[in-house]
Amino acid sequence: MSAPTLALHQLRYEQKMYWRNPPSAFFTFAFPIMFLVIFASLNTGERISFLGGLKYNQYYTPGIIAFGVISACFTNLAMTLSIRRDSGILKRLRGTPLPTVSFFGGLVGNAFVISAVLTVITTLVGILFYGVTFPGHWLALLVTLALGATCFCSLGVAMSALVPNADAAPAVVNGVLFPILFISGIFFPLPPDGAFSHIANVFPIRHFALAVFSTFDPRLPHGVTHGFAGGDLLVVAIWAIVGSIVAVRRFRWEPRHG
Amino acid sequence: MVDVAVIEVRHLRKSYGPVEAVKGIDLRVEAGEVFALLGPNGAGKTTTLEVLEGFRRPTAGDVRVLGLDPHDGGRALRQRVGVVLQETAVEPYLTVREVLRRNAAYYPSPRDVDDVIDLVGLDEKRDARVKTLSGGQQRRLDVGLGIVGNPELVFLDEPTTGFDPSARRGAWELVRRLTGGGTTVVLTTHYMDEAQALADRIAVIAAGHIVAEGTPQSIGGRDTAAVRIRFRLPGGETPPMTVTSYQQGWVLIETDDEVPVLHALTGWALERGVDLDGLTVERPTLEDVYLALTGTAATAVPDQPVVSV
Repeated sequence: MSAPTLALHQLRYEQKMYWRNPPSAFFTFAFPIMFLVIFASLNTGERISFLGGLKYNQYYTPGIIAFGVISACFTNLAMTLSIRRDSGILKRLRGTPLPTVSFFGGLVGNAFVISAVLTVITTLVGILFYGVTFPGHWLALLVTLALGATCFCSLGVAMSALVPNADAAPAVVNGVLFPILFISGIFFPLPPDGAFSHIANVFPIRHFALAVFSTFDPRLPHGVTHGFAGGDLLVVAIWAIVGSIVAVRRFRWEPRHG
Repeated sequence: MVDVAVIEVRHLRKSYGPVEAVKGIDLRVEAGEVFALLGPNGAGKTTTLEVLEGFRRPTAGDVRVLGLDPHDGGRALRQRVGVVLQETAVEPYLTVREVLRRNAAYYPSPRDVDDVIDLVGLDEKRDARVKTLSGGQQRRLDVGLGIVGNPELVFLDEPTTGFDPSARRGAWELVRRLTGGGTTVVLTTHYMDEAQALADRIAVIAAGHIVAEGTPQSIGGRDTAAVRIRFRLPGGETPPMTVTSYQQGWVLIETDDEVPVLHALTGWALERGVDLDGLTVERPTLEDVYLALTGTAATAVPDQPVVSV
């Protein structure tokens, strides 16, 4: 089989493994949907003054789409790779002829599939239950999600290289992720000129969330060429490159204890 | 197919920082052989195996596996080699059949997955998830994954450690079936009976050196070593030949020429009407040879630390 065919082959098995592992499916898949339902229900009818009185859920739903992608890509890959490395599964795989690019192709493909499913569910829940409108910025949405998923997959692989062992993985990964999620205004909106926003601007999460929001922003002109947040997408792209460099240089197949 | 080296190692050295785990070894494994590497923990067995498997780059020396450099042999080489590591590691959420089918697709001409399942004795577990298998069953699946690609060469690092005696016999039977099909097998083990039962040739490695190499029958001079004749004698009796030692009523005679000695001894005993209580005649066992070799090696290089790797 060629490397791309083997990547598709891997994707099939990655899907099976993902859905059969209840903790991973819960934490990366159910979490974003749970957050959406809780916060959207609590804040129905609220409006955000610094966004010109925009409805809270019109801002919050795209934020949860971003969170879903981060969860499916960054958290999922960082955890999965740490656990598989520590248990010797990665080393075992290294002894087979499976090309590296096919292995990662399957993993990243799996993360993209989960991201897509989460995006569809989140959007539908937002539209059906919380009065969210989608202004039709389809192209911007697809480009933004694809770039964001790429960025957070590369950061997930890079993160797995920095995690010392499988036991430490949840603490390290969530310990890095959640503070940045909060200061990036994912769960409640933060004014753009506040101190938190300045710190959050260094990291890719706020930019990615803003870029997704931009594709849902009803104040922008409608149409396929609109909804792109160029500056935010640029920062996400830079982080994608940084993540890839760290991932390629630091990734290890063998457990640290040797 | 005469004299085809599947593995050729010359002057292999491997250091981890300041510690030299393998200190210049030579090996040659021929096609179709079962070759066993014996040695105490930390002697350099696994390091040697991991160099051959391509996981480690040698510090010095020349290593060829199926004619290729194992570290740079890439996909072409890994398609022809099966690797079973010391620690079992299989994805827990797939079934036995799924994980074998997945891995079979990595190889150009894999074995039939159901044949592999039967070969490793997991036919009743083919649709069971890996995490529900016992440790021994997971190990057998691991061996199955090592052979599903129909490799020419299989590495088995301590394949039966932790097995109960009947599971070990089953694993031996599997190795014999593999070699019956022409596969070359390189294994490490702690068990002398395993090496004796399976190996065509054995190399004993101690403190990073190969201290002996040969067939299980001849290694360490087993076939030519002195025969030990032991028996008890009633007090006051002295046999009519050179005695090596007397210990608590036991007489020990070591000789290279056992037939005349035994003839003289039994003739003497019959003539005198003396019983030779508990008479045994034995050559050193593989275990005796192994302990002598590894013990000697450890004292021969006393200032070299034995490192766990």
